[in-house]
Amino acid sequence: MLKRVHFPSSPLPYLLVAPQLAITLIFFIWPASQAMYQSFLIEDAFGLGSEFVWFENFQILWEDSHYHAAFWRTAVFSVLVAALSMGFALILAGFAQRVVRGAMFYRTLLIWPYAIAPVLAGALWVFMFNPTLGILPYFLEFVGVTWNHYLNGGQAMALVILAAAWKQVAYNFLFYLAAMQSIPNSVIEAAAIDGAGPGRRFWTIIFPLISPTTFFLLVINMVYAFFETFGIIHAVTQGGPGSSTTILVYKVFNDGFVGLDLGGSAAQSVILMVLVIAMTVVQFRYVERKVEY
Amino acid sequence: MVENRPLADFITHLVLVLGVVAIALPIWITFVAASHDEIRMAQAPLPLWPGDQLWVNLKQTLFGEGLSGTETAPVWLMLFNSLFMALMISLGKIGISLLSAFAIVYFKFPFRMACFWMIFITLMLPVEVRILPTFEVVANLGMLNSYWGLSIPLIASATATFMFRQVFLTVPDEMLESARIDGAGPMRFFWDILLPLSRTNIAALFVILFIFGWNQYLWPLLITTDTSMTTIVMSIKQMLEAAEQSPQWNIIMMTALLAMIPPIFVVISMQKLFVQGLTETDK
Repeated sequence: MLKRVHFPSSPLPYLLVAPQLAITLIFFIWPASQAMYQSFLIEDAFGLGSEFVWFENFQILWEDSHYHAAFWRTAVFSVLVAALSMGFALILAGFAQRVVRGAMFYRTLLIWPYAIAPVLAGALWVFMFNPTLGILPYFLEFVGVTWNHYLNGGQAMALVILAAAWKQVAYNFLFYLAAMQSIPNSVIEAAAIDGAGPGRRFWTIIFPLISPTTFFLLVINMVYAFFETFGIIHAVTQGGPGSSTTILVYKVFNDGFVGLDLGGSAAQSVILMVLVIAMTVVQFRYVERKVEY
Repeated sequence: MVENRPLADFITHLVLVLGVVAIALPIWITFVAASHDEIRMAQAPLPLWPGDQLWVNLKQTLFGEGLSGTETAPVWLMLFNSLFMALMISLGKIGISLLSAFAIVYFKFPFRMACFWMIFITLMLPVEVRILPTFEVVANLGMLNSYWGLSIPLIASATATFMFRQVFLTVPDEMLESARIDGAGPMRFFWDILLPLSRTNIAALFVILFIFGWNQYLWPLLITTDTSMTTIVMSIKQMLEAAEQSPQWNIIMMTALLAMIPPIFVVISMQKLFVQGLTETDK
């Protein structure tokens, strides 16, 4: 934690941490506590006064079927995004680590999407799936599928899941490849001598050995799907059609900035904060456990 | 490779090539769309092979009127805003995290652990979950529509502080002992020994943070109402909305291309640093 040898105490360390602490207090701690305080208030219809109502906002959410639906939608969305992008990345990394020369070449070609902003990823996909002009609906027509994500909620959901997963494949691929390359070659060779083919070696040796990475990526991908996909949804569907792609973070934005339901939006923020904290704790416990290996 | 299996090798490369094609397809289609004229881009099926209008579209997008029927800032100004915001966020984060990590590792002072935990908490509060109150704070401070408002609230970073703390902890104690014997004060030690030693870590972190800053969307969207402060990433959404009336896909996709080229360039050209930064900050 602290160096054995350190500088004598002086006012200097306070000056050094001051900028970071000031920003943390003004833009993190204060707004977060405001969100918590606001979640106990209900404003009147004209925004002139507000009333302290304890947990009524949470109670309203608890009984709100729209919120329940958004919660389950978010769960399905994030599980599918994580499964799709991790599965695809795992397959690609599994094959890439077999290539001695050229693994880095493939890596260069596969990491691009990491650099692309979620909203841009959304724009790219919405262009490809544009119902009148897009390339993929044109081909889907031949197999008898009429694509219109402006009308069909299921298709809209599929589109945002695809765009979100596409962007995250690069990240998962990098971590999987690094994990696989750190497995000692002698282990793989021993299995090969014992007669295990590539598929068997992958499932019985490589996959179990990289399970810590899988768990780590699962948490990271869930956090990504919960929060960072806002741009994709805002660009592609704006939560629609109806509310078929309104996930929790989009609902906070929509209820707060568009619907101006400050108390309800703040209560949703608090619930999201609890969720992030839970995920961070899970992740840190895992990191601590990994150190013991 | 462990054994020689020509068929398995063939399948390996086949799968990888297919994977690359699937990953690259959206980017390729964007590039193709940006290289055709407006008339071609209004007829289905859209082309899959680049046209010859790339240069014309680039000039029209960068310096032309922009999309007809929308009031947006010129694209070159939005690119500049994005660059300025990304640099302020990344350099600001690196600066304040270096200083606070230095204080936490090399000084013993009352409330040291309290400071540490306060910084730690910021790890758990992404801007998305506290947007409304943070917006109010920034509005009260009069920082709407300014570069300060765009960057300062995003500058505090627990991950960067932790990473530098980790780096400083690996610096041998003898360095500090000998520096003190030679009469160097804390700031001298920081400048002349710690900074040079953590040069690659700073560069690796810069790559990650530059991309993080460039790709900010929700926050700029909320606090800029003045079109001269819009960033390039934000503008895409406005263009998609405008596309419903005037589908100038060649211009929209050229703008999208311009918005993603700088971060892609940073990732590809500094790939080694990028991978290092990614694995260090997230683990």
